[in-house]
Amino acid sequence: MTIDWGIIFKSMPLLGHGVVVTLQVSALASLLGLALGVALGLSSLSHSRPLRWIVAGYVDFIRGTPLLIQIFLVFFALPALGIRFDEFWAGVVALSLNSAAFVAEVVRGGVGSIERGQSEAATAIGMRHSQILVYILLPQAYRQMVPPLTNELISLVKNSSLLSVISVYELTRAGQAIISVHFVPFEIYTLLALYYYVLIKVLSWLSGRLERRLPTW
Amino acid sequence: MVTPVIQVQDLSKSFGDNSVLRSVSMDVATGETVVIIGASGSGKTTFLRCLNRLEEPSAGTVRLDGNPVVNSGSEKQIADQRSQFGFVFQRFNLFPHFSALDNVAIGPEKVRGMSKSDARALAAAELKRVHMSDHAMKRPVQLSGGQQQRVAIARALAMKPRVMLFDEPTSALDPELVQEVLDVMKELANGGMTMVVVTHEMNFAREVADRVIYMENGRIAEEGLPEILFREPKSPGAQRFLRHLTHE
Repeated sequence: MTIDWGIIFKSMPLLGHGVVVTLQVSALASLLGLALGVALGLSSLSHSRPLRWIVAGYVDFIRGTPLLIQIFLVFFALPALGIRFDEFWAGVVALSLNSAAFVAEVVRGGVGSIERGQSEAATAIGMRHSQILVYILLPQAYRQMVPPLTNELISLVKNSSLLSVISVYELTRAGQAIISVHFVPFEIYTLLALYYYVLIKVLSWLSGRLERRLPTW
Repeated sequence: MVTPVIQVQDLSKSFGDNSVLRSVSMDVATGETVVIIGASGSGKTTFLRCLNRLEEPSAGTVRLDGNPVVNSGSEKQIADQRSQFGFVFQRFNLFPHFSALDNVAIGPEKVRGMSKSDARALAAAELKRVHMSDHAMKRPVQLSGGQQQRVAIARALAMKPRVMLFDEPTSALDPELVQEVLDVMKELANGGMTMVVVTHEMNFAREVADRVIYMENGRIAEEGLPEILFREPKSPGAQRFLRHLTHE
């Protein structure tokens, strides 16, 4: 077989646009997912039993169903309930909701691993449970939460390729558009793999730097 | 009659089948320093932790200034009541992500609702009291064990507690660091602070305690003035315990 180098050079800038959208979706979804995930994670450590159950049920649902189905639910099923997003925001919402469940587990594990003496000392000076979580336990858990959160971010970036099925014009969808016109699956899918690989490498490197800059106690 | 600061009535605590405290009753008067001694496993620490409800007693009552210490009511009420007891841990338990100053200021700020600057001013004053002013901006990891424990004492003092509870405050320290902590505690006692101290430091007990309590198997086996209890312990348990200590 011969490699069509011409199409590769022509595609690289076109895919660049897809990379931008992939990064936009991933950045928005990871920030929203992080915010919601931290809130859920802290809720799962609260003294309120109903709250803990709700979070446990949510995490269980997300873990127990395929992301692709979750994307379809947000894009095709929610409009039936009167909640309508365009493709881009449906994608962001679906990835955020998915990511939040995993972030919640990371927060719960990280905060739960801080030694008991810390919450006892805070309890002894009269701090309330929610204050102890926010001011004492969570800040001490940051550093150890970075590696699992990085894994989650990497999954999220890779999973964003699934949004091609609801026509979000991200990297994968951009590649498929080229393939459908020029029929060059070998060149383009290889190129896509390379693009994702580089994206993920950069993220891992940034995360490693961040982890080293966070203090150990 | 003046109401004792702390009145303990028939306090008991079991962990499953294991009875750790068996119906302990005692009072602590204002300004009094009570030292509790006894072998490990005798219930001293559990007793202390039941006073401020770090441990929930199985039975019995604790009163602070005549008011029962309870575990009902709003979380805020319980927390407020708990903050009337200053508690000093064996392992300091300072917050590693805060400076010494912020370790002391966090309580006044978040629990008492003081402004950050007022809380820090109060914290600076409390650090001065334990001779730690020069180290206010350091993190706990930068401090020696003795210095950490003094910051922990300041953290408890900043809540303006009615009584200070010390749970073996020098047991986790290197020998050369013990005295600086005991000196601070002595200054507090001399300043009129009401204190309950669990310790193995017999010299401290002899010098500072108004009363010594010897605990055994979750009960108060003997109590009295330090000079009397140390010289002529009546119970066989206390005799054995004190003999072991002096032979160390």
